[in-house]
Amino acid sequence: MSIAVAHDDPTHLGVLAKVVHEGPASKRVVTGYGFWIFLLSDIVMFSCFFAAYAVLSGQTAGGPTGAQLFNLKSVAIETACLLLSSFTCGMASIAAEERNRFWFQVAMGVTCIFGLAFLWIEFHEFADLVARGAGPSRSAFLSAFFTLVGCHGGHVSAGILWLLTMMAQVLAKGFRADILRRLLCFALFWHALDIIWVAVFSVVYLLGSAA
Amino acid sequence: MFGKLSWSAIPFDQPIPLVTGAVVLVAILAVLLWVVVRGHLPYLWREWITSVDHKRIGVMYTLLACLMLLRGFADAIMMRAQLTMAYRSDGFLPPEHYNQIFSAHGTIMIFFVAMPFVIGLMNLVVPLQLGIRDVAFPTLNSVGFWLTATGALLVNISLVVGEFARTGWLPYPPLSELTYSPGVGVDYYLWSLQISGVGTLVAGINLVTTVLKIRTRGMTYMRMPMFCWTTLASNLLIVAAFPILTATLAMLILDRYLGFHFFTNEAGGNMMMFMNLIWAWGHPEVYILVLPAFGIFSEVVSTFSGKPLFGYRSMVLATMSICIISFMVWLHHFFTMGAGPNVNAIFGIASMIIAVPTGVKIYNWLFTMFGGRIRFTTPMMWSIGFMVTFIIGGLTGVLVAVPPVDFLLHNSLFLVAHFHNVIIGGVLFGAFAGYTYWFPKAFGFRLQERYGKAAFWLWLVGFYVAFMPLYAVGFLGMTRRMQHYDVAEWRPWLMVAGVGAVIILAGIICQIMQLVVSIRDRELLRDETGDPWDGRSLEWAVSSPPPVFNFAVMPDVTSEDAYWAMKRRTKDEGVAKEPNYKPIELPRNSPTGFVCAFFATVMGFAMIWHIWWMVAAGFVGAFATFVVFAWRDHDEYEIPAGEVARIDRANRAARHDLITAAGSM
Repeated sequence: MSIAVAHDDPTHLGVLAKVVHEGPASKRVVTGYGFWIFLLSDIVMFSCFFAAYAVLSGQTAGGPTGAQLFNLKSVAIETACLLLSSFTCGMASIAAEERNRFWFQVAMGVTCIFGLAFLWIEFHEFADLVARGAGPSRSAFLSAFFTLVGCHGGHVSAGILWLLTMMAQVLAKGFRADILRRLLCFALFWHALDIIWVAVFSVVYLLGSAA
Repeated sequence: MFGKLSWSAIPFDQPIPLVTGAVVLVAILAVLLWVVVRGHLPYLWREWITSVDHKRIGVMYTLLACLMLLRGFADAIMMRAQLTMAYRSDGFLPPEHYNQIFSAHGTIMIFFVAMPFVIGLMNLVVPLQLGIRDVAFPTLNSVGFWLTATGALLVNISLVVGEFARTGWLPYPPLSELTYSPGVGVDYYLWSLQISGVGTLVAGINLVTTVLKIRTRGMTYMRMPMFCWTTLASNLLIVAAFPILTATLAMLILDRYLGFHFFTNEAGGNMMMFMNLIWAWGHPEVYILVLPAFGIFSEVVSTFSGKPLFGYRSMVLATMSICIISFMVWLHHFFTMGAGPNVNAIFGIASMIIAVPTGVKIYNWLFTMFGGRIRFTTPMMWSIGFMVTFIIGGLTGVLVAVPPVDFLLHNSLFLVAHFHNVIIGGVLFGAFAGYTYWFPKAFGFRLQERYGKAAFWLWLVGFYVAFMPLYAVGFLGMTRRMQHYDVAEWRPWLMVAGVGAVIILAGIICQIMQLVVSIRDRELLRDETGDPWDGRSLEWAVSSPPPVFNFAVMPDVTSEDAYWAMKRRTKDEGVAKEPNYKPIELPRNSPTGFVCAFFATVMGFAMIWHIWWMVAAGFVGAFATFVVFAWRDHDEYEIPAGEVARIDRANRAARHDLITAAGSM
């Protein structure tokens, strides 16, 4: 960027008028940026489910409340799994940066295992609730609970499908530029799911157990 | 095996949908047969269906909108005909059919006419105006279009297989819950909108990224044409609002399919939450539609007045203010909910505040025209017609934004008249202005003016004759969505409104004739130079239709009205030296969008009819499509420098003749 000389600036708008635009951004920037926009839209969708949960959390229709249902210990293990999977996902990104196939596959594999463990615990929690007669059709509160938490779980499942596809792609084709761009998006997605889980953990489980 | 689907789903006892369906089916088969027999199928597949070129996709979006406009208008004229007859009688449409018609009319006009029309024009024009070769994500663009088409297809399938929703264009619970709407109508609504909603979201992400990240050199924000600004605002709204629609419809789907209790009467459900959520999407949606139209008017008015847009910066500010305020007014759609006087007052005032930036825009257009040398072409006529009509619609909008007045007029035909006033007068007139203005850019020849002007006058007069009476009957207490009535005072007004619909029909016939005549006389109407209107922005710097790569060399922008400045410079300094041509890389065509939409159709249809194995098959197919797409090794091809030079030299020659021939601009 060049700083303009005074006599070159008839509008007297100073630096503002001299903002230079260098042209289209690189593919990596464009892809990452577009994916950020998608993530923001996804977060808007989650915020609707959060809002619905906030509105309906007291509507237990004579059924069980959160405090009676939630088991904070298993939720803590779930949280640990997901946070650790985010760490290993970061490791996979570094391995990809270093073009190290072996450690990339190991880190992605571990991420996958943590993700599956998270889903396994969540599945058990849901199955247990349904077995105890506290399924989603029991009350509006439980409808909102199952939808919010289930939507996050659905995202994790989709993320695991994506993760396995990326492992296969790197195995078959190596670290090509377009595959690295996809890895960037996948990493963003996986970390975003962590952020949403932190909100789920606080709003649903912590507040719910306290009430 | 086939879930709820059986032969009883075909309405053999109802002649209207059955005959219409049969005629449409025969027409489609005839067109397909013609395409196959004449050997056009490979061309269609190669150049259109699998195309990832933003111009082709834009044209397909617009074509979809025009076709759906015919369907939506057929619904409209049936309703108007019904209400001229149904005084103390049942008319010719039974209530359950009438209810489907008004629901389908609203759904189709908003989601499958207005949306694809504006998205189509944005797709066609914005990359050209920004001086670039394509949108940010070309293949995703194709996916978005085909998913929108899937939604339109499902809505139209409901005409002959099963039924459509009878709940109005927004399926308010508890009416839309399984208890009160046990049929598949609401499910058709839900799945077609979920699928097309994903398509719209994809288009939104794509265009936001395009405008923010891939403008040509020197195209700073404050040098972008106004249409790019309104595109940015509109697509930011899409990204922020459409996920709300997806979430809301998902909740209703869960209620209907799995016995959840989001909006039910029982077990603590809260139906007012639906109203809040749906309008938190629904009000921004209004501005998603009208902001691009504002952009079109800005381009048209400035071009045909021969002046730069008056108050460009205030126009940008007004656009972005509307973008933000549009998210703060949703509650005015249900003042009667009982949120209390304070809440109603806040939302009433916020709604009125939107009139301020809109007023700024109107004045800017007027001052752009002031002192200009105005050419009254068809796009300019639509623009002036818009200004007059939209002011009336805006004023009645401010009126219903006053909560006490709204209590009087809520759900009356006054409201129906108001929103048709702003959507026809704003969005549709804008879409028609853009269609006429950019048609030569897309196809290389102009649309004939005589039929265009006739269509404009018929639409304008037809609109006033059809909708001004509805303001009156609204005041006389007539509520919307009535299948018959027995109040004598309403009848004359409704007869007049029926006449208005017929006048609009004549306008539509003129538009069809305009297209036919223009294609016939295309050699006479040929746009040789690529700049038929003496335009100001970069889309006019390329030939009509533009080459697949748009710009042989990426243009350097040094000021607002980039192409106008280039023309001036050329006049002063002579034609610039021939640039150094380089080979151009472009994305390869891909059937991903089409195949994906095929599986989405299968999945949506299976969901509607509870055919679970087919749902699973559709999902696997869609996932496999993505993996296959991700697996391909060559996603780009190269146009050699010699070919680029050949195409660009022809364009430069035509333009040279124009600039040397024109004495003063």
